[in-house]
Amino acid sequence: MTNLDELEAQSIYIFREAFNRLENIAMLWSLGKDSNVMIWLARKAFFGHVPFPVVHVDTGKKFPEMYAFRDRYAKEWNLNFIRGECPPVEDIDPSLPPAARSAARKTEGLKWIVEEHGFTGLFAGIRRDEQAMRAKERVFSPRGEGGKWDFRDQPPEFWDQFKTDFPPGTHIRIHPLLHWTEIDIWRYSLRENIPLIDLYFSKDGKRYRSLGDQDITFPVDSDASTLEEIIEELETTRVSERAGRAMDHEAEDAFERLRAEGYM
Amino acid sequence: MSEAARSARDLLKIVMVGHVDHGKSTLVGRLFHDTGSLPDGKLEAIKAMCDARGMPFEWAFLMDALQAERDQGITIDTSQIWFKTKQRDYVLIDAPGHKEFLKNMITGAAASDAAVLVIDAHEGVQEQSRRHGYLLHLLGVKQVAVAVNKMDLVDYSEERFYEIEREYTAYLASIGVKATYMIPVSGREGDNVATRSEAMPWYHGPTIVGALDAFGSVTELRDLPLRMPVQDIYKFDERRIIAGRIESGVLKVGDELLFSPSNKRARVKAIESWNTPEVAVEAGAGQSVGIRLDEQLFLERGEIASHVTAAPVETDVFVGRLFWLSDQPLKVGSRYTMKINTFEAPVEVQEIKHVIDTGDLGETVSEKVERHAVAEVVLRTKKMMALDSFNDLSRTGRFVLVDGYDIAGGGIISMEGYADQRDLITMASTNVTRVEHEVTDTLRAARNGHQGGVLWFTGFSGAGKSTLAIEVEKRLFNKGYQTYVLDGDNVRHGLNSNLGFSPEDRAENIRRVGEVAALFGRSGMIAITAFISPYRSDRDRAREAAGDRFHEIYVHADLEICEQRDPKGLYKKARTGEIKDFTGISAPYEPPVNPQLTVDTGVNDIETCVQQIVDYVGEHFSATSRPAVREITSGG
Repeated sequence: MTNLDELEAQSIYIFREAFNRLENIAMLWSLGKDSNVMIWLARKAFFGHVPFPVVHVDTGKKFPEMYAFRDRYAKEWNLNFIRGECPPVEDIDPSLPPAARSAARKTEGLKWIVEEHGFTGLFAGIRRDEQAMRAKERVFSPRGEGGKWDFRDQPPEFWDQFKTDFPPGTHIRIHPLLHWTEIDIWRYSLRENIPLIDLYFSKDGKRYRSLGDQDITFPVDSDASTLEEIIEELETTRVSERAGRAMDHEAEDAFERLRAEGYM
Repeated sequence: MSEAARSARDLLKIVMVGHVDHGKSTLVGRLFHDTGSLPDGKLEAIKAMCDARGMPFEWAFLMDALQAERDQGITIDTSQIWFKTKQRDYVLIDAPGHKEFLKNMITGAAASDAAVLVIDAHEGVQEQSRRHGYLLHLLGVKQVAVAVNKMDLVDYSEERFYEIEREYTAYLASIGVKATYMIPVSGREGDNVATRSEAMPWYHGPTIVGALDAFGSVTELRDLPLRMPVQDIYKFDERRIIAGRIESGVLKVGDELLFSPSNKRARVKAIESWNTPEVAVEAGAGQSVGIRLDEQLFLERGEIASHVTAAPVETDVFVGRLFWLSDQPLKVGSRYTMKINTFEAPVEVQEIKHVIDTGDLGETVSEKVERHAVAEVVLRTKKMMALDSFNDLSRTGRFVLVDGYDIAGGGIISMEGYADQRDLITMASTNVTRVEHEVTDTLRAARNGHQGGVLWFTGFSGAGKSTLAIEVEKRLFNKGYQTYVLDGDNVRHGLNSNLGFSPEDRAENIRRVGEVAALFGRSGMIAITAFISPYRSDRDRAREAAGDRFHEIYVHADLEICEQRDPKGLYKKARTGEIKDFTGISAPYEPPVNPQLTVDTGVNDIETCVQQIVDYVGEHFSATSRPAVREITSGG
């Protein structure tokens, strides 16, 4: 087995555990490269099917290319698609720095959709290598009431025995990509020929490494205009993936506060 | 595009463990820096952070990314970060050293291929150094490099290094672990991390990086017997697919699979997949697969698929060496949900053999296992389980216990002293039909003047089973009963002459005696059996054979008394090791839970005990006393 085969096998195992052990599950689809790989892996796990709803919590501020991508592939991949709304920024904790405050809208939108549908398990495409807070995550990560994450007291997780029992009113975040790295995502997208949004590829010396809301996401300098070039670029770069995400740079603990409140 | 870009490089998962403040995070920070794995600006960010707090530069901040950790100066949860050497890629798992965060250390260590255990040269070997070493052993992490850190604080003393090496090597040896490398380092100064130390010319072994690069990848699980626990069964379309991950071995299309514990068999018709270049005809360890079978078996999640010739153990009891994580202590009689891979069953703690002090490896008898303790316990389920001894197949030889919503502990399985019950419960003959007797129980009881049945004596060797059996037989015979003693040594001369004393043979010995005794009972006689019959599972099977004619009589005497009596000199031989697996000394005895009668030969004389049994028979075996006499047909 190659490294990619091992990553794939582990993700499939996680999907199947969640599907078997949890009642009412759904997948969060941010339209980015990671969650596209996540959908792909679900289809691997379930032999071409995605046997649960796929939710896009829509801030209304994504790039037009992202919406076009969403509408096309929700149909083409035969997804049970659900769109969730977010509250206006005025309703969000004003003590957060501006970009983080904007991003926090998504946390609220997520709470709404979880309550509306009574989901007890949510697949989210986060990876440990993205950010130090995410490195602390469990594969099956319990969320308290209101979606809060108690990162100081997490359940033990070993031998692929996941936490699948939890009290009513709480839910589990499932992270099938937690053990993947950014470059793995690209290598796998290349191997499997997974469709991608064009914004990831260089235009006029710039490309997006990570896609969020239009107003708080910025492109990085790059000439990589194909998947192969992106992979070669990543093998040598020492710039972090979320460098273009404004909210990560506002305060030392901005991201930590977002995550503890339930952000992805 | 280069071939390197297409396929990722070899990846090894490393865990960092060790006592709190022995410098793990510092060592990690240095390792990253010296291998050129730090992202741009990270070094500067840490510098700025330290300046803002008015403290000297601190490597540990790299890993300790959380605000809370920075303020307290300790790592509170497992972090994973990636780095690479010239040779390969690594995931580094940093596990905290604080005692109360043990579950995070286990979470981190259980996922790793190899470990770096850090010991402070100045403080020396501490409690956590030993505990973590022990836990690595329990978790099955076999490749360990010991970094004797902070050598700068002891003036790079060769003497101090060898002193620690001697002490810790001796400890590891006593638990059967061999440290692969023992390396003197300074995380703060960078000695022997990525580059050889000039301050320690007396050391000739590898640096940390050299040691990591020398570790092998994971063992070849493909070469081991096939184990595929069933994870789920899908029917999204016309295909009925058995899904599971192959934990070890290889399966091929056409292979006959045995599913345990249901013992059903079928052949692999196809290996299913989606978006793969070609249809697979075989799959091996590590792969999450879906298979179709040539027959529609009713299967459940948790069954283990294997080949017929190398099947897992089937048992309802095993010895677990476990670590306990819950606030609520584990006690004898406590019930939990046990998970082995995808199998799940209620389990009861039958016995706590002992609690193990991981510091000095002392064993103490205890009524309970407290949080963070390590212990050896006996666990029992109602239904049969399929599993392996950890030493044979680690992937299917480990379990966790769930209490309420939480994982409360985990451990590894030993079948030492316990039998594989597979052959006892597998029916080899097919096409057999029962005949119906025309002579009924009632007719037999009327002729004999009493009911038939089984008096099943159980107890230690030397408790007086045979003496009592012979005496009871004589007394009952004289009172007009039809009775016969089945004695251990006698039966082994004939019916069971082909059986030895392995756990499996002992279990088969009891199974046969149970069946024969049941036949005696059914024929209207009172069979008296005098066997140690130490295992609950075996006695339960004998009970099943005889149905409600079975009467369990616990012939009790304290082990010390039995050993003093030692009528056949067996205890003496067991103590010297001449006899192995001797009940009470080197093999378990599981006392009856609810015996119909207990006689205590340690307290009462033989005559009293005999009278108790004879009285019991008088009460329970009279021809008319049984409310509903079962007809022969129901018992077969």
